[in-house]
Amino acid sequence: MAATGACLAACDRLNSSPAVLKVLDSAEGLNRRLTGALARKALAREFPASAISPHFRANGSTDPDKESYRQLVENNFAEYKLEIGGLVERPLQLSLAELRAAPSRTQITRHDCVEGWSCIGKWQGAKLGPLLDRAGLKPNARFIAFYCADTLGENLDGSDDYYETIDLDDAYHEQTILAYEMNDQVLPVAHGAPLRLRLERQLGYKMAKYIMRIEAIEDFAHLAAGKGGYWEDRGYAWFAGI
Amino acid sequence: MTLKFWDGGLSCFALKPSINSSPRELVYRIPLLVRMTHWLIAFALLVLLVSGLQIFNAHPSLYWGSASKFDRPFLDIGSAENASGEKRGYLRLGSRQWDTTGVLGLSKGGDGQADARAFPHWILLPSYQSLGDGRRWHFFFAWCLALGLGLYFVANFIRGRLRRDLLPTGRDVRGIGRSVLDHLKFRFSHGARHYNVLQKIAYLSVMFGLVPLVILTGLALSPGFDAAAPWLLILCGGRQSARSLHFLGTFALVLFVFVHVFHVIAAGPINEMRSIITGWFFVREPAEKTTEEGDLK
Repeated sequence: MAATGACLAACDRLNSSPAVLKVLDSAEGLNRRLTGALARKALAREFPASAISPHFRANGSTDPDKESYRQLVENNFAEYKLEIGGLVERPLQLSLAELRAAPSRTQITRHDCVEGWSCIGKWQGAKLGPLLDRAGLKPNARFIAFYCADTLGENLDGSDDYYETIDLDDAYHEQTILAYEMNDQVLPVAHGAPLRLRLERQLGYKMAKYIMRIEAIEDFAHLAAGKGGYWEDRGYAWFAGI
Repeated sequence: MTLKFWDGGLSCFALKPSINSSPRELVYRIPLLVRMTHWLIAFALLVLLVSGLQIFNAHPSLYWGSASKFDRPFLDIGSAENASGEKRGYLRLGSRQWDTTGVLGLSKGGDGQADARAFPHWILLPSYQSLGDGRRWHFFFAWCLALGLGLYFVANFIRGRLRRDLLPTGRDVRGIGRSVLDHLKFRFSHGARHYNVLQKIAYLSVMFGLVPLVILTGLALSPGFDAAAPWLLILCGGRQSARSLHFLGTFALVLFVFVHVFHVIAAGPINEMRSIITGWFFVREPAEKTTEEGDLK
Protein backbone atom coordinates (compact mmCIF):
# COMPACT_ATOMS: atom_id res chain seq x y z
CA MET A 1 0.00 0.00 0.00
CA ALA A 2 2.74 2.41 0.99
CA ALA A 3 4.64 1.61 -2.19
CA THR A 4 1.52 2.23 -4.28
CA GLY A 5 0.99 5.53 -2.52
CA ALA A 6 4.57 6.59 -3.15
CA CYS A 7 4.26 5.61 -6.81
CA LEU A 8 1.03 7.58 -7.22
CA ALA A 9 2.58 10.63 -5.56
CA ALA A 10 5.62 10.35 -7.83
CA CYS A 11 3.42 10.08 -10.92
CA ASP A 12 1.36 13.09 -9.84
CA ARG A 13 4.60 15.04 -9.25
CA LEU A 14 5.71 14.18 -12.78
CA ASN A 15 2.35 15.35 -14.01
CA SER A 16 2.81 18.76 -12.41
CA SER A 17 6.34 19.28 -13.72
CA PRO A 18 6.37 21.83 -16.56
CA ALA A 19 9.35 20.07 -18.17
CA VAL A 20 7.48 16.74 -18.27
CA LEU A 21 4.35 18.37 -19.65
CA LYS A 22 6.42 20.06 -22.32
CA VAL A 23 7.77 16.70 -23.46
CA LEU A 24 4.27 15.17 -23.42
CA ASP A 25 2.90 18.12 -25.41
CA SER A 26 5.39 17.46 -28.20
CA ALA A 27 2.92 14.77 -29.29
CA GLU A 28 0.34 17.49 -30.05
CA GLY A 29 2.44 18.83 -32.92
CA LEU A 30 2.80 15.32 -34.35
CA ASN A 31 -0.96 14.74 -34.05
CA ARG A 32 -1.70 18.03 -35.79
CA ARG A 33 0.81 17.51 -38.58
CA LEU A 34 -0.18 13.88 -39.21
CA THR A 35 -3.90 14.67 -39.31
CA GLY A 36 -3.30 17.80 -41.37
CA ALA A 37 -1.18 15.95 -43.91
CA LEU A 38 -3.66 13.09 -44.22
CA ALA A 39 -6.92 15.00 -44.12
CA ARG A 40 -6.05 18.27 -45.94
CA LYS A 41 -9.44 19.42 -47.21
CA ALA A 42 -11.23 16.11 -46.56
CA LEU A 43 -14.78 16.44 -45.27
CA ALA A 44 -16.07 14.99 -42.04
CA ARG A 45 -18.63 12.27 -42.65
CA GLU A 46 -22.19 13.48 -43.20
CA PHE A 47 -25.17 11.37 -42.16
CA PRO A 48 -28.73 10.81 -43.38
CA ALA A 49 -31.56 12.54 -41.49
CA SER A 50 -32.52 9.19 -39.94
CA ALA A 51 -29.24 9.23 -37.96
CA ILE A 52 -30.02 12.48 -36.09
CA SER A 53 -29.82 11.90 -32.32
CA PRO A 54 -33.22 12.21 -30.59
CA HIS A 55 -31.45 13.77 -27.61
CA PHE A 56 -28.45 15.99 -28.36
CA ARG A 57 -26.58 16.64 -25.13
CA ALA A 58 -25.80 20.30 -24.37
CA ASN A 59 -22.44 20.73 -22.67
CA GLY A 60 -20.39 23.54 -21.14
CA SER A 61 -22.47 26.69 -20.69
CA THR A 62 -26.13 26.05 -21.41
CA ASP A 63 -27.68 29.29 -20.22
CA PRO A 64 -25.26 32.25 -19.91
CA ASP A 65 -26.31 34.69 -17.20
CA LYS A 66 -24.43 37.78 -18.35
CA GLU A 67 -26.79 40.76 -18.28
CA SER A 68 -26.00 41.88 -21.84
CA TYR A 69 -26.70 38.38 -23.11
CA ARG A 70 -29.97 38.09 -21.15
CA GLN A 71 -31.16 41.27 -22.85
CA LEU A 72 -30.38 39.84 -26.27
CA VAL A 73 -32.36 36.70 -25.41
CA GLU A 74 -35.32 38.75 -24.23
CA ASN A 75 -35.55 40.55 -27.55
CA ASN A 76 -35.05 37.38 -29.53
CA PHE A 77 -31.60 38.57 -30.65
CA ALA A 78 -33.17 41.39 -32.69
CA GLU A 79 -30.34 43.73 -31.57
CA TYR A 80 -27.63 41.11 -32.05
CA LYS A 81 -24.73 42.09 -34.29
CA LEU A 82 -21.79 39.87 -35.00
CA GLU A 83 -18.60 41.90 -35.10
CA ILE A 84 -15.83 40.81 -37.42
CA GLY A 85 -12.66 42.77 -36.81
CA GLY A 86 -8.99 42.56 -35.96
CA LEU A 87 -6.60 42.17 -38.91
CA VAL A 88 -9.21 42.85 -41.60
CA GLU A 89 -9.52 45.55 -44.26
CA ARG A 90 -13.25 46.19 -43.69
CA PRO A 91 -14.56 45.49 -40.17
CA LEU A 92 -18.15 44.20 -40.31
CA GLN A 93 -21.20 44.25 -38.08
CA LEU A 94 -23.77 41.70 -39.22
CA SER A 95 -27.29 41.18 -37.95
CA LEU A 96 -28.82 37.72 -37.89
CA ALA A 97 -30.83 38.57 -41.00
CA GLU A 98 -27.64 39.52 -42.81
CA LEU A 99 -25.95 36.32 -41.63
CA ARG A 100 -28.89 34.27 -42.88
CA ALA A 101 -28.57 35.96 -46.26
CA ALA A 102 -24.87 35.05 -46.52
CA PRO A 103 -23.66 31.93 -48.37
CA SER A 104 -24.71 29.01 -46.21
CA ARG A 105 -24.26 25.28 -45.80
CA THR A 106 -26.44 22.60 -44.21
CA GLN A 107 -24.84 19.45 -42.86
CA ILE A 108 -25.76 16.46 -40.70
CA THR A 109 -22.64 15.62 -38.73
CA ARG A 110 -21.42 13.84 -35.66
CA HIS A 111 -20.40 15.97 -32.69
CA ASP A 112 -17.65 14.35 -30.61
CA CYS A 113 -17.17 15.58 -27.07
CA VAL A 114 -13.71 15.38 -25.53
CA GLU A 115 -15.36 13.37 -22.73
CA GLY A 116 -16.01 10.54 -25.17
CA TRP A 117 -19.67 10.71 -26.20
CA SER A 118 -21.04 11.57 -29.64
CA CYS A 119 -24.35 13.02 -30.90
CA ILE A 120 -25.54 13.56 -34.46
CA GLY A 121 -27.27 16.80 -35.42
CA LYS A 122 -28.25 18.88 -38.42
CA TRP A 123 -26.68 22.30 -38.67
CA GLN A 124 -27.32 25.23 -40.95
CA GLY A 125 -25.16 28.31 -40.91
CA ALA A 126 -23.15 30.91 -42.76
CA LYS A 127 -19.89 29.63 -44.20
CA LEU A 128 -17.05 31.28 -42.35
CA GLY A 129 -14.67 31.57 -45.34
CA PRO A 130 -16.85 33.90 -47.48
CA LEU A 131 -17.55 36.10 -44.42
CA LEU A 132 -13.82 36.47 -43.82
CA ASP A 133 -13.31 37.28 -47.49
CA ARG A 134 -15.97 39.95 -47.24
CA ALA A 135 -14.06 41.55 -44.37
CA GLY A 136 -10.78 41.03 -46.25
CA LEU A 137 -8.04 39.39 -44.17
CA LYS A 138 -4.81 41.33 -43.90
CA PRO A 139 -1.70 39.38 -45.00
CA ASN A 140 -0.45 38.91 -41.44
CA ALA A 141 -3.68 37.30 -40.20
CA ARG A 142 -2.97 33.69 -39.18
CA PHE A 143 -5.71 32.74 -36.73
CA ILE A 144 -9.38 33.49 -36.19
CA ALA A 145 -10.47 34.16 -32.61
CA PHE A 146 -14.04 33.78 -31.36
CA TYR A 147 -15.17 35.72 -28.29
CA CYS A 148 -18.26 34.39 -26.56
CA ALA A 149 -20.98 35.63 -24.25
CA ASP A 150 -20.54 32.82 -21.73
CA THR A 151 -18.32 32.64 -18.66
CA LEU A 152 -17.59 29.10 -17.50
CA GLY A 153 -15.43 29.85 -14.46
CA GLU A 154 -16.17 32.00 -11.45
CA ASN A 155 -14.21 35.11 -12.39
CA LEU A 156 -16.39 37.85 -13.79
CA ASP A 157 -13.48 40.09 -14.81
CA GLY A 158 -13.34 38.52 -18.25
CA SER A 159 -10.53 36.04 -17.52
CA ASP A 160 -13.03 33.14 -17.45
CA ASP A 161 -14.90 34.20 -20.57
CA TYR A 162 -15.10 31.51 -23.22
CA TYR A 163 -13.01 32.05 -26.31
CA GLU A 164 -11.45 29.89 -29.01
CA THR A 165 -8.95 30.22 -31.83
CA ILE A 166 -8.60 28.24 -35.06
CA ASP A 167 -6.15 28.46 -37.94
CA LEU A 168 -6.99 29.65 -41.45
CA ASP A 169 -7.03 26.12 -42.94
CA ASP A 170 -9.85 25.24 -40.59
CA ALA A 171 -11.55 28.63 -40.99
CA TYR A 172 -11.77 28.14 -44.75
CA HIS A 173 -12.72 24.46 -44.59
CA GLU A 174 -15.87 23.65 -46.57
CA GLN A 175 -17.80 22.52 -43.47
CA THR A 176 -16.77 25.36 -41.15
CA ILE A 177 -19.94 27.36 -40.52
CA LEU A 178 -21.43 29.77 -38.02
CA ALA A 179 -24.59 27.83 -37.28
CA TYR A 180 -27.86 29.64 -36.58
CA GLU A 181 -30.10 26.58 -37.00
CA MET A 182 -30.02 23.16 -35.41
CA ASN A 183 -32.25 20.30 -36.52
CA ASP A 184 -34.34 22.72 -38.64
CA GLN A 185 -35.10 24.96 -35.63
CA VAL A 186 -33.60 28.28 -34.60
CA LEU A 187 -30.46 27.43 -32.63
CA PRO A 188 -31.57 27.02 -28.99
CA VAL A 189 -29.86 28.86 -26.14
CA ALA A 190 -28.56 25.57 -24.69
CA HIS A 191 -26.62 24.95 -27.90
CA GLY A 192 -25.17 28.44 -28.28
CA ALA A 193 -27.81 30.86 -29.63
CA PRO A 194 -27.66 32.93 -31.66
CA LEU A 195 -24.49 31.66 -33.32
CA ARG A 196 -22.10 28.78 -32.73
CA LEU A 197 -19.07 27.53 -34.60
CA ARG A 198 -19.19 24.13 -36.29
CA LEU A 199 -15.70 22.75 -36.84
CA GLU A 200 -16.53 19.22 -37.83
CA ARG A 201 -13.06 17.68 -37.75
CA GLN A 202 -12.31 18.66 -34.19
CA LEU A 203 -13.80 18.02 -30.74
CA GLY A 204 -16.71 19.91 -29.21
CA TYR A 205 -14.71 22.30 -27.06
CA LYS A 206 -13.32 24.01 -30.18
CA MET A 207 -16.87 24.82 -31.36
CA ALA A 208 -17.45 28.08 -29.52
CA LYS A 209 -21.07 28.86 -28.61
CA TYR A 210 -22.69 32.30 -28.06
CA ILE A 211 -20.27 33.99 -30.48
CA MET A 212 -20.34 37.77 -30.14
CA ARG A 213 -17.17 38.87 -31.89
CA ILE A 214 -14.69 37.43 -34.35
CA GLU A 215 -11.17 38.73 -34.80
CA ALA A 216 -8.45 37.91 -37.26
CA ILE A 217 -5.18 37.77 -35.31
CA GLU A 218 -1.54 37.03 -35.93
CA ASP A 219 -0.92 35.19 -32.70
CA PHE A 220 -2.98 34.20 -29.65
CA ALA A 221 -0.28 34.48 -26.97
CA HIS A 222 -1.76 37.79 -25.73
CA LEU A 223 -5.28 36.39 -25.21
CA ALA A 224 -6.19 35.30 -21.64
CA ALA A 225 -3.60 32.70 -20.51
CA GLY A 226 -2.16 32.51 -24.02
CA LYS A 227 -2.95 28.93 -25.03
CA GLY A 228 -5.60 29.84 -27.58
CA GLY A 229 -8.83 28.93 -25.84
CA TYR A 230 -10.75 28.62 -22.59
CA TRP A 231 -10.08 24.88 -22.22
CA GLU A 232 -6.62 25.14 -23.75
CA ASP A 233 -5.73 27.56 -20.93
CA ARG A 234 -6.87 24.80 -18.56
CA GLY A 235 -4.74 21.97 -19.92
CA TYR A 236 -6.45 20.80 -23.11
CA ALA A 237 -4.63 20.62 -26.43
CA TRP A 238 -5.09 23.48 -28.90
CA PHE A 239 -5.35 20.91 -31.67
CA ALA A 240 -8.53 19.01 -30.88
CA GLY A 241 -8.64 16.81 -33.96
CA ILE A 242 -7.86 13.77 -31.85
CA MET B 1 18.75 -33.61 -9.42
CA THR B 2 16.79 -31.33 -7.21
CA LEU B 3 14.73 -28.76 -8.94
CA LYS B 4 14.45 -25.22 -7.68
CA PHE B 5 11.39 -23.10 -8.36
CA TRP B 6 13.33 -20.24 -9.88
CA ASP B 7 14.89 -22.65 -12.35
CA GLY B 8 12.01 -24.80 -13.26
CA GLY B 9 8.92 -22.84 -12.32
CA LEU B 10 5.83 -24.79 -11.35
CA SER B 11 7.41 -28.10 -12.33
CA CYS B 12 9.15 -28.21 -8.96
CA PHE B 13 5.75 -29.08 -7.54
CA ALA B 14 5.12 -31.88 -10.02
CA LEU B 15 5.24 -35.48 -8.73
CA LYS B 16 7.28 -36.53 -11.71
CA PRO B 17 9.34 -33.57 -12.81
CA SER B 18 9.35 -33.45 -16.54
CA ILE B 19 12.83 -32.04 -16.49
CA ASN B 20 15.35 -34.79 -16.47
CA SER B 21 18.98 -34.30 -15.88
CA SER B 22 19.72 -33.51 -19.49
CA PRO B 23 22.59 -31.08 -19.74
CA ARG B 24 21.83 -27.41 -19.79
CA GLU B 25 22.77 -25.51 -22.85
CA LEU B 26 22.96 -21.72 -22.96
CA VAL B 27 21.50 -20.30 -26.15
CA TYR B 28 21.16 -16.70 -27.34
CA ARG B 29 17.45 -16.61 -27.96
CA ILE B 30 16.25 -12.98 -28.09
CA PRO B 31 18.08 -10.31 -30.12
CA LEU B 32 18.84 -6.95 -28.52
CA LEU B 33 16.35 -4.93 -30.56
CA VAL B 34 13.52 -7.32 -29.68
CA ARG B 35 14.42 -7.11 -25.99
CA MET B 36 14.61 -3.34 -25.99
CA THR B 37 11.37 -2.85 -27.88
CA HIS B 38 9.66 -5.46 -25.68
CA TRP B 39 10.29 -3.27 -22.65
CA LEU B 40 9.48 -0.02 -24.44
CA ILE B 41 6.17 -1.52 -25.61
CA ALA B 42 5.44 -2.93 -22.15
CA PHE B 43 6.04 0.45 -20.49
CA ALA B 44 4.06 2.34 -23.14
CA LEU B 45 1.13 -0.06 -22.73
CA LEU B 46 1.19 0.45 -18.96
CA VAL B 47 1.05 4.25 -19.30
CA LEU B 48 -1.59 3.98 -22.04
CA LEU B 49 -3.70 1.79 -19.73
CA VAL B 50 -3.65 4.08 -16.68
CA SER B 51 -4.06 7.27 -18.72
CA GLY B 52 -6.75 5.58 -20.82
CA LEU B 53 -8.77 4.72 -17.72
CA GLN B 54 -8.43 8.38 -16.71
CA ILE B 55 -9.94 9.34 -20.09
CA PHE B 56 -12.65 6.69 -19.78
CA ASN B 57 -13.63 8.13 -16.38
CA ALA B 58 -14.71 11.38 -18.06
CA HIS B 59 -17.67 9.48 -19.51
CA PRO B 60 -17.79 5.95 -18.09
CA SER B 61 -20.43 4.57 -20.44
CA LEU B 62 -20.01 2.60 -23.64
CA TYR B 63 -22.38 2.38 -26.61
CA TRP B 64 -22.66 0.72 -30.00
CA GLY B 65 -23.12 2.65 -33.24
CA SER B 66 -22.12 6.17 -34.35
CA ALA B 67 -23.79 8.25 -31.65
CA SER B 68 -24.35 7.75 -27.92
CA LYS B 69 -27.77 6.50 -26.95
CA PHE B 70 -27.49 7.92 -23.46
CA ASP B 71 -30.38 5.89 -22.06
CA ARG B 72 -29.03 2.63 -23.47
CA PRO B 73 -25.32 2.15 -22.75
CA PHE B 74 -24.19 -1.46 -23.00
CA LEU B 75 -21.65 -0.86 -20.25
CA ASP B 76 -21.95 1.74 -17.55
CA ILE B 77 -20.02 2.41 -14.35
CA GLY B 78 -21.39 4.83 -11.80
CA SER B 79 -22.87 5.33 -8.37
CA ALA B 80 -26.37 5.77 -7.02
CA GLU B 81 -28.19 5.82 -3.72
CA ASN B 82 -29.86 2.58 -2.75
CA ALA B 83 -33.24 2.21 -1.03
CA SER B 84 -31.79 3.07 2.38
CA GLY B 85 -30.15 6.24 1.05
CA GLU B 86 -26.65 4.80 1.02
CA LYS B 87 -24.45 5.61 -1.97
CA ARG B 88 -23.15 2.51 -3.76
CA GLY B 89 -20.92 2.00 -6.80
CA TYR B 90 -22.17 -0.19 -9.63
CA LEU B 91 -21.14 -1.81 -12.88
CA ARG B 92 -23.94 -2.36 -15.38
CA LEU B 93 -23.61 -4.63 -18.37
CA GLY B 94 -26.77 -4.54 -20.46
CA SER B 95 -29.57 -5.27 -18.01
CA ARG B 96 -27.33 -6.88 -15.39
CA GLN B 97 -25.90 -4.92 -12.49
CA TRP B 98 -23.24 -5.62 -9.88
CA ASP B 99 -22.45 -3.75 -6.68
CA THR B 100 -18.81 -2.73 -7.08
CA THR B 101 -18.52 -0.29 -4.19
CA GLY B 102 -14.91 0.11 -3.13
CA VAL B 103 -13.47 -0.39 -6.60
CA LEU B 104 -15.74 0.74 -9.44
CA GLY B 105 -18.15 3.64 -9.29
CA LEU B 106 -17.46 4.57 -5.70
CA SER B 107 -14.09 4.14 -4.02
CA LYS B 108 -11.82 5.72 -1.46
CA GLY B 109 -9.99 8.69 -2.97
CA GLY B 110 -6.40 9.70 -2.29
CA ASP B 111 -7.56 11.67 0.76
CA GLY B 112 -9.42 8.67 2.22
CA GLN B 113 -12.83 10.19 1.45
CA ALA B 114 -15.49 8.38 -0.58
CA ASP B 115 -14.99 9.35 -4.19
CA ALA B 116 -17.64 8.88 -6.89
CA ARG B 117 -15.67 7.95 -9.98
CA ALA B 118 -15.60 4.98 -12.33
CA PHE B 119 -12.07 3.60 -11.93
CA PRO B 120 -10.40 4.25 -8.56
CA HIS B 121 -7.61 6.81 -8.13
CA TRP B 122 -4.86 4.21 -7.59
CA ILE B 123 -5.07 2.98 -11.18
CA LEU B 124 -5.21 6.42 -12.84
CA LEU B 125 -2.63 8.77 -14.29
CA PRO B 126 -2.75 11.35 -12.86
CA SER B 127 -4.42 9.97 -9.76
CA TYR B 128 -6.83 12.92 -9.56
CA GLN B 129 -9.54 13.69 -12.11
CA SER B 130 -7.91 15.41 -15.09
CA LEU B 131 -9.10 14.51 -18.55
CA GLY B 132 -6.74 17.01 -20.19
CA ASP B 133 -3.63 15.57 -18.51
CA GLY B 134 -4.78 11.98 -19.13
CA ARG B 135 -4.97 12.82 -22.82
CA ARG B 136 -1.47 14.35 -22.78
CA TRP B 137 0.06 11.13 -21.40
CA HIS B 138 -2.07 8.94 -23.63
CA PHE B 139 -1.15 10.59 -26.92
CA PHE B 140 2.55 10.92 -26.12
CA PHE B 141 2.81 7.24 -25.23
CA ALA B 142 0.70 6.28 -28.22
CA TRP B 143 3.57 7.65 -30.33
CA CYS B 144 6.06 5.75 -28.13
CA LEU B 145 4.06 2.59 -28.75
CA ALA B 146 4.06 3.25 -32.49
CA LEU B 147 7.85 3.69 -32.41
CA GLY B 148 8.36 0.58 -30.27
CA LEU B 149 6.07 -1.55 -32.42
CA GLY B 150 7.63 -0.36 -35.65
CA LEU B 151 11.11 -1.33 -34.44
CA TYR B 152 9.75 -4.56 -32.91
CA PHE B 153 8.34 -5.69 -36.23
CA VAL B 154 11.55 -4.77 -38.04
CA ALA B 155 13.54 -6.69 -35.41
CA ASN B 156 11.31 -9.73 -35.83
CA PHE B 157 11.46 -9.74 -39.59
CA ILE B 158 15.23 -9.32 -39.65
CA ARG B 159 16.87 -12.69 -40.26
CA GLY B 160 13.46 -14.32 -40.39
CA ARG B 161 12.87 -14.51 -36.65
CA LEU B 162 9.13 -14.24 -37.16
CA ARG B 163 9.06 -17.14 -39.60
CA ARG B 164 11.64 -19.22 -37.76
CA ASP B 165 10.50 -18.79 -34.17
CA LEU B 166 6.91 -17.63 -34.23
CA LEU B 167 5.10 -19.25 -37.17
CA PRO B 168 3.67 -22.62 -36.09
CA THR B 169 5.30 -25.52 -37.93
CA GLY B 170 3.49 -28.51 -39.34
CA ARG B 171 4.50 -30.53 -36.30
CA ASP B 172 3.20 -27.73 -34.04
CA VAL B 173 -0.19 -27.87 -35.67
CA ARG B 174 -0.39 -31.65 -35.39
CA GLY B 175 0.61 -31.49 -31.72
CA ILE B 176 -1.85 -28.79 -30.76
CA GLY B 177 -4.14 -31.21 -28.90
CA ARG B 178 -1.37 -32.42 -26.68
CA SER B 179 -0.22 -28.86 -26.02
CA VAL B 180 -3.72 -27.87 -24.91
CA LEU B 181 -3.85 -30.93 -22.66
CA ASP B 182 -0.48 -30.08 -21.13
CA HIS B 183 -1.68 -26.57 -20.35
CA LEU B 184 -4.90 -27.86 -18.81
CA LYS B 185 -2.81 -30.12 -16.58
CA PHE B 186 -0.65 -27.11 -15.69
CA ARG B 187 2.34 -28.93 -17.11
CA PHE B 188 4.57 -26.22 -18.53
CA SER B 189 7.66 -26.64 -20.57
CA HIS B 190 10.79 -25.25 -19.00
CA GLY B 191 13.91 -24.60 -20.92
CA ALA B 192 12.17 -25.65 -24.10
CA ARG B 193 14.22 -25.14 -27.23
CA HIS B 194 11.30 -23.56 -29.07
CA TYR B 195 8.15 -21.69 -28.20
CA ASN B 196 5.26 -24.12 -27.94
CA VAL B 197 2.38 -23.89 -30.36
CA LEU B 198 -0.09 -22.20 -28.00
CA GLN B 199 2.53 -19.64 -27.11
CA LYS B 200 3.17 -18.96 -30.80
CA ILE B 201 -0.54 -18.56 -31.47
CA ALA B 202 -0.91 -16.24 -28.48
CA TYR B 203 2.01 -14.04 -29.55
CA LEU B 204 0.88 -13.90 -33.15
CA SER B 205 -2.74 -13.11 -32.32
CA VAL B 206 -1.61 -10.29 -30.03
CA MET B 207 0.86 -8.94 -32.61
CA PHE B 208 -1.44 -9.18 -35.60
CA GLY B 209 -4.88 -9.12 -33.99
CA LEU B 210 -5.25 -7.41 -30.66
CA VAL B 211 -2.60 -4.69 -30.98
CA PRO B 212 -3.75 -3.58 -34.45
CA LEU B 213 -7.35 -3.62 -33.18
CA VAL B 214 -6.52 -1.34 -30.27
CA ILE B 215 -4.46 1.00 -32.48
CA LEU B 216 -7.05 1.24 -35.24
CA THR B 217 -10.00 1.74 -32.87
CA GLY B 218 -7.92 4.38 -31.08
CA LEU B 219 -7.23 6.23 -34.34
CA ALA B 220 -10.94 5.96 -35.19
CA LEU B 221 -11.73 8.09 -32.12
CA SER B 222 -9.97 11.05 -33.74
CA PRO B 223 -12.46 13.17 -35.72
CA GLY B 224 -9.56 14.54 -37.79
CA PHE B 225 -8.29 11.07 -38.68
CA ASP B 226 -11.86 9.98 -39.49
CA ALA B 227 -12.08 12.69 -42.16
CA ALA B 228 -8.87 11.33 -43.69
CA ALA B 229 -9.90 7.67 -43.44
CA PRO B 230 -13.70 7.34 -43.44
CA TRP B 231 -13.39 3.59 -44.11
CA LEU B 232 -12.02 3.11 -40.61
CA LEU B 233 -15.25 4.07 -38.85
CA ILE B 234 -17.30 2.05 -41.30
CA LEU B 235 -15.11 -0.92 -40.41
CA CYS B 236 -15.58 -0.26 -36.70
CA GLY B 237 -19.33 0.25 -36.97
CA GLY B 238 -19.33 3.88 -35.85
CA ARG B 239 -17.34 6.01 -33.45
CA GLN B 240 -19.05 4.81 -30.29
CA SER B 241 -18.51 1.22 -31.39
CA ALA B 242 -14.86 2.08 -31.96
CA ARG B 243 -14.66 3.48 -28.41
CA SER B 244 -16.24 0.31 -27.00
CA LEU B 245 -13.93 -1.93 -29.03
CA HIS B 246 -10.95 0.16 -27.91
CA PHE B 247 -11.95 -0.48 -24.30
CA LEU B 248 -12.69 -4.20 -24.80
CA GLY B 249 -9.46 -4.66 -26.77
CA THR B 250 -7.56 -3.05 -23.89
CA PHE B 251 -9.27 -5.43 -21.49
CA ALA B 252 -8.18 -8.38 -23.64
CA LEU B 253 -4.60 -7.03 -23.73
CA VAL B 254 -4.57 -6.77 -19.93
CA LEU B 255 -5.74 -10.41 -19.75
CA PHE B 256 -2.95 -11.40 -22.13
CA VAL B 257 -0.37 -9.64 -19.95
CA PHE B 258 -1.63 -11.47 -16.85
CA VAL B 259 -1.45 -14.84 -18.60
CA HIS B 260 1.94 -13.92 -20.06
CA VAL B 261 3.37 -13.02 -16.65
CA PHE B 262 1.82 -16.14 -15.11
CA HIS B 263 3.59 -18.25 -17.74
CA VAL B 264 6.90 -16.54 -17.05
CA ILE B 265 6.53 -17.47 -13.38
CA ALA B 266 5.29 -20.97 -14.18
CA ALA B 267 8.07 -21.71 -16.64
CA GLY B 268 10.94 -20.53 -14.44
CA PRO B 269 11.11 -16.83 -13.72
CA ILE B 270 14.90 -16.53 -13.54
CA ASN B 271 15.56 -18.23 -16.85
CA GLU B 272 12.73 -16.40 -18.60
CA MET B 273 13.67 -13.00 -17.18
CA ARG B 274 17.32 -13.58 -18.03
CA SER B 275 16.40 -14.22 -21.62
CA ILE B 276 14.23 -11.11 -22.05
CA ILE B 277 16.89 -8.94 -20.39
CA THR B 278 20.17 -10.43 -21.62
CA GLY B 279 18.95 -12.60 -24.48
CA TRP B 280 20.54 -15.75 -23.03
CA PHE B 281 18.35 -18.72 -22.15
CA PHE B 282 19.13 -22.13 -20.64
CA VAL B 283 17.77 -24.88 -22.84
CA ARG B 284 17.23 -28.20 -21.10
CA GLU B 285 15.81 -30.18 -23.97
CA PRO B 286 18.11 -32.61 -25.66
CA ALA B 287 19.04 -31.57 -29.16
CA GLU B 288 16.36 -32.41 -31.69
CA LYS B 289 16.40 -35.67 -33.51
CA THR B 290 15.76 -35.55 -37.21
CA THR B 291 12.47 -37.39 -37.10
CA GLU B 292 10.34 -35.19 -39.27
CA GLU B 293 11.31 -33.41 -42.37
CA GLY B 294 10.78 -29.73 -42.65
CA ASP B 295 10.53 -29.04 -38.94
CA LEU B 296 14.20 -28.69 -38.36
CA LYS B 297 15.62 -25.36 -37.47
